[in-house]
Amino acid sequence: MKKAVVLILLLLALALIAKSLLPARNPGAFDVVGFSRLPVLVNGRVKPLDTVARSSLLVICGTTSNDSSKSSLILTPDKRELNPNEWLLDVLFRPAQADTYQVIAIDNPDLLTLLNLRREEGLADRRFSFAQVEKSLAEIDRQARLTEPVEPQVRSAFQKAVVQLQSNIILYERLKESLISSDSQNFLAALFAFQNTLGASVEAVRAKQAGQPFDADAAQKLIENGQRFDQMARVGYLLAVPPVKGEADTNGWRNAGTALLETFQTGQVNPHVMAYAGLGHSWAGGNATDFNTILRLYRDELVKSFPLALAKCTAEARFNAMKPFNTAMTLYVLAFFVAVFSWLKWPAELGRVAFWLILAAWLIATAGIVTRMWLEGRPPVTNLYSSALFVGFIAVGFCLGLEYFYCNAIGSVAAGGIGFATLLIAYYLSLGGDTLEMMRAVLDSNFWLATHVVTVVAGYGATFLAGFLALIYIVRGVFTKSLDQPTADALARMVYGIVCFATLFSLIGTVLGGIWADQSWGRFWGWDPKENGALIIVIWNAVILHARWGGLVKQRGLMCLAVFGNIVTAWSWFGVNLLGVGLHSYGFVESTFLWLILFVLSQAAFIALANLPLERWRSFRQP
Amino acid sequence: MNDTVRQFRDFFVSLKLTVVLLVLSMGLVFAATLDQVNLGVWAVQAKYFHSFFVLWKIPGTDVPLPVYPGGYLLGGFLLVNLVSAHIYRFKRSWRKSGILLVHTGLMLLLVGEFLTGILQEEYQMALNEGQTKNYSESYRFNELVILDTTDPKFDDVVAVPEALLTTGSALQHPKLPFRVVTKEYYPNATLSLRRGATGENPSLATAGIGPQITATPQPLTYKQDERNWPVVFVELLGPEGTLGTWLLSPQLPAPQTFDYGGHSWRLALRAERAYKPFSLTLLKFTHDVYLGTDIPKNYSSRLRLTTPDGKDDREVLVYMNNPLRYAGLTFYQASFDPSNDHNTILQVVRNPGWLLPYLSCVMMTLGLVVQFGIHLLGFINKRRAVPATPA
Repeated sequence: MKKAVVLILLLLALALIAKSLLPARNPGAFDVVGFSRLPVLVNGRVKPLDTVARSSLLVICGTTSNDSSKSSLILTPDKRELNPNEWLLDVLFRPAQADTYQVIAIDNPDLLTLLNLRREEGLADRRFSFAQVEKSLAEIDRQARLTEPVEPQVRSAFQKAVVQLQSNIILYERLKESLISSDSQNFLAALFAFQNTLGASVEAVRAKQAGQPFDADAAQKLIENGQRFDQMARVGYLLAVPPVKGEADTNGWRNAGTALLETFQTGQVNPHVMAYAGLGHSWAGGNATDFNTILRLYRDELVKSFPLALAKCTAEARFNAMKPFNTAMTLYVLAFFVAVFSWLKWPAELGRVAFWLILAAWLIATAGIVTRMWLEGRPPVTNLYSSALFVGFIAVGFCLGLEYFYCNAIGSVAAGGIGFATLLIAYYLSLGGDTLEMMRAVLDSNFWLATHVVTVVAGYGATFLAGFLALIYIVRGVFTKSLDQPTADALARMVYGIVCFATLFSLIGTVLGGIWADQSWGRFWGWDPKENGALIIVIWNAVILHARWGGLVKQRGLMCLAVFGNIVTAWSWFGVNLLGVGLHSYGFVESTFLWLILFVLSQAAFIALANLPLERWRSFRQP
Repeated sequence: MNDTVRQFRDFFVSLKLTVVLLVLSMGLVFAATLDQVNLGVWAVQAKYFHSFFVLWKIPGTDVPLPVYPGGYLLGGFLLVNLVSAHIYRFKRSWRKSGILLVHTGLMLLLVGEFLTGILQEEYQMALNEGQTKNYSESYRFNELVILDTTDPKFDDVVAVPEALLTTGSALQHPKLPFRVVTKEYYPNATLSLRRGATGENPSLATAGIGPQITATPQPLTYKQDERNWPVVFVELLGPEGTLGTWLLSPQLPAPQTFDYGGHSWRLALRAERAYKPFSLTLLKFTHDVYLGTDIPKNYSSRLRLTTPDGKDDREVLVYMNNPLRYAGLTFYQASFDPSNDHNTILQVVRNPGWLLPYLSCVMMTLGLVVQFGIHLLGFINKRRAVPATPA
C-alpha cells in the first residue's frame, strides 16, 4: 500500500513533466509551428512570432482572472477552434476573415452602450470582433482624444476602458499591415507585377517629370504602389525584415513596408518580403504544400545569416509551449498536499516523496528562469514578473536546505505553499503582455541588476519564507495537536535562521541600491518610495533579531513578528508601486490594491490567532 | 554611580530602547512614504527626516504640535543607544566581532546621512549644444540679483536669497546706493499680460515691464515634475525717495535695466546660481530609444571641461551610471528637454560625505557574513556531532 502510493505519486509527477516536454504539434497540414518560430523584432527585442501571437492575444483579449481557460479560446464563425499562431496567421494573411473573430475584450458597460453593442452579442459576454466595432472607430477615437488630457491616475473606469480599447484596436490594425497590404486582394501577384513593371514605371514617371509623353497607366501604378508601401511602412507592427548587415546590427530590422520602399532604390523587391508574401498567398489559398515548402526554403536561407536569432526564437517558442512554470506550479501543489499528509501518516516515505517533488518543481522553475536569462541576456530579475519568479526560487531553495537538515516535511510544506503562491502571482503579472521587456536607460546596467536587484529580491524571498514558517507554527499549534515541543523548537530555529538570512540579503541589497543611486543620480539615499520599502524590510528584520536577542519575545512572539514581516514585504513589493495609483485614484480600486488589503487582513488574522491564550491551542495542552 | 545615573544609563543601553526606536523609525518611514503622494519628496524629507519632530498643524490654526519623533531625533537616539551599548553592555570577543562591525558600519551610515542632510548641495546645469556655462542653477531656490553693469569689463553682483524676500522686509547693502523693500511676495504665481481692461486692480509695479503684467498667486505645488514660480514686487528707495517698484519673476526671460546715480543697473529674480572655477561646454548630446518603442536606451553628454588657468582642457563623457567627478562636485546625466534633442540637463551635486556609505556598506556586509557564518558553522557542527534524531 505504502509503496503503491509512493509509486503512483512519482509516476504522476513524471507524467506531468513528460507532458510538458512533448514537442508542439501542428493542428493541420500547415507547418504552423515552423512559422511561429520565425524571428521578428517587436518592442526592441528579436522574438519568435509565437511570442507575438501570445502576447498580442493576451493584451487584446484582456484575459481576466475568472475565465482564463475560456478567454484564450478563439473561435472562427463556423466554430473551429484556433490556436494563437493560427489566429496570427489569419490576421496577417487573411485579415477579412480575422475581422470576424471575436477577440477584442470590452467589459465596461458604458463603453458597450457607446458602441451600440449588447453583452450577449459577444463571445463569453465580453469579446467582440473587429467587424462589430469597426463602425464605431471614429467615435472611439473621439472619446480617446477627450480622455488624453486627463492624467492616467485620475481617469474614470470608462476613460480607462476607452483608452485600452483604442490601443488594442491600433495594435490589431498594425498587425494587419505588417506583412501584406490588408486591402490588396492578391498581394503576391501585386508584388510580382510591381517587380516586373518597375523599370517601365520608373521610365514613365521620369518622362512625366521631364514633360515628355509617358505611359499614364504605368506612372499611376507606381504612385499607387508607393502610397500603399508607405502606409505599410508607417503602421506595420512587425519588424520582420532582418538587417542587411547581418546579426550584429540590431538596429537594422525594419518592417515590410520600409523594405518595399527600398525597392525604388535597389530595383529588387526584398526577398524576405517576397517570402512572407508567398507564405501569405499559400496560407490564404489553403495550399499547405506550398506553404511548407516556402517556409522550409526561407528558414534554410535565414539560418545562414541569422543562426543565433533563429536558435533563440526556436528556443523561446518551445519555452512558450512547454510552460515550465505551470508544470512547476502543479508539482508544488502536489508536493504541498503530500507533505501535509505526511504529518498524519507515513512521515518517512511521504516526506521523501514530497522532497523529491519539490526538488523537481524547483529544478524546472530554475531551468525556466535560466532560459529567460539566456533569451534576454540579463540577470534574473528585470521586472515585477521576474521578481515573483525569483522570490519563489530563493524561498524554495532555502526550503530544500531546511528539509535536507530537518527531514520533518516542514520545509516541503513551506516550499509547496510559497512556490505555488509566487508562481500564481507571476501568472497574473504575465497577463499584461510579453514579460521579457527592454530595460529603461537608468536600469540598463547588468552589474547593478545582478547585485542590487537580485539581493533585494532574495531578501523578499527569505522574509516571506520566515513568515510562512511562522504560519505553519500557528496553524499547526492552534488547530492540530501535532505541534510538540521538539517540532516547535525546530520551527523557531528555522524562523530565526531564515530571518538572519533575510536581514543579510535585504541589508546588503538596500545598501547596494544606495550605491547604485549614488552612481546614477548623485545621492546615496533619496527617500523615494521604493527605497523606503526596502529600508522598512531591513528595519523590521532588525527588530525581530533584536527583540529575540533581548528576550522581549519568546517563541510565539517571534512567530507573530515573522508573520508581520509578510505584511511589510508585501507592502514593499507591491504597495509602493500602487502609491501613484491605488491610493490616489478616486472611486476606482485597482485589483492589486484589493488583493494587497486582503492579504494584509489575512496576516493580521493569523497574528490575532497566535495571540489566543495557550489553553485555547490544541497543541501544548497539558494532559 | 548613584541610582539615577545608573537608571539613566540602563535606559540608554537597553535593547528594549533599540527595538522601540527601530519600530518608531519604521513608522516614520512608512508615514513619510504615504505622505509623498501629497507633499512630494522634498517637503517630505524636510518634514519627516531632517527634523527633530514631525509637526502637525491643528486644523484651522497655524499652531504646530509635535506628534511624532523626527528623523534627527530617532537617528540621534539610535546612535546614542548603539554607542552606549558598546561601551557598557557588549563584551569584546571574537564571537561578537561581526556584530561590532555591523554596528560600526551602521553608525557611519547614520553619521553619513546626517552629514549629507546638512552639507549636500544639489544643483542643475542645463546646456544646449555649443553652450558654455561656468555655473549651475538650483531647481528649488531662487535669488534676487542686482547687477552694477557700469564697467563693461565686469559686473558687480549683489544676490539676495529668496528666503529673505518676505512681504514687508527691507534690505540694505553697502554696495547698493538704495534700499530694497519687498512690497509683495508670492511663493508661486502665474503671469499674464494686462489687456488694459477697466476694473483690473492697478499693478503694484511702477517701473520696468511690471505695469503691463498681472501676477496671479497660485497654491504651492509639490508635484515631482512641476516647480513653483515665485513673483516678487520690490521697491528701491534712494535717499531722495522711491525709484519705482519692479515686478520680478524667474519666468521673465531677461533682466530689467535702469540707470541711477550715474550707474547702469540690472535687476532680476532668477534660479540661485553656484559659480564654478571651471566651465563646461556641451559638444554633443545623444539619446537613443529601443527599436520600435519609446523606451529610452541611453542618454549621454559629451562635454568639454576647461579651467581659466588652462591647466584642464579635455573632453569628458557623462552617461547613465557614469558621472563626472571633478573638483568635489559630481555631474550626473539627469534629464534632457524632450522638445529638443540637442540639450542636456546635468545634476550637479556636492556631497562631501559620499564615501561614508561605501565604507559602511563594506563593514556591515562583512559583519553580517562573519556573524551569521559563525552561527551557521556552529549549527552545522552541532548537527554533525549529534546524528539527526527524528523530530
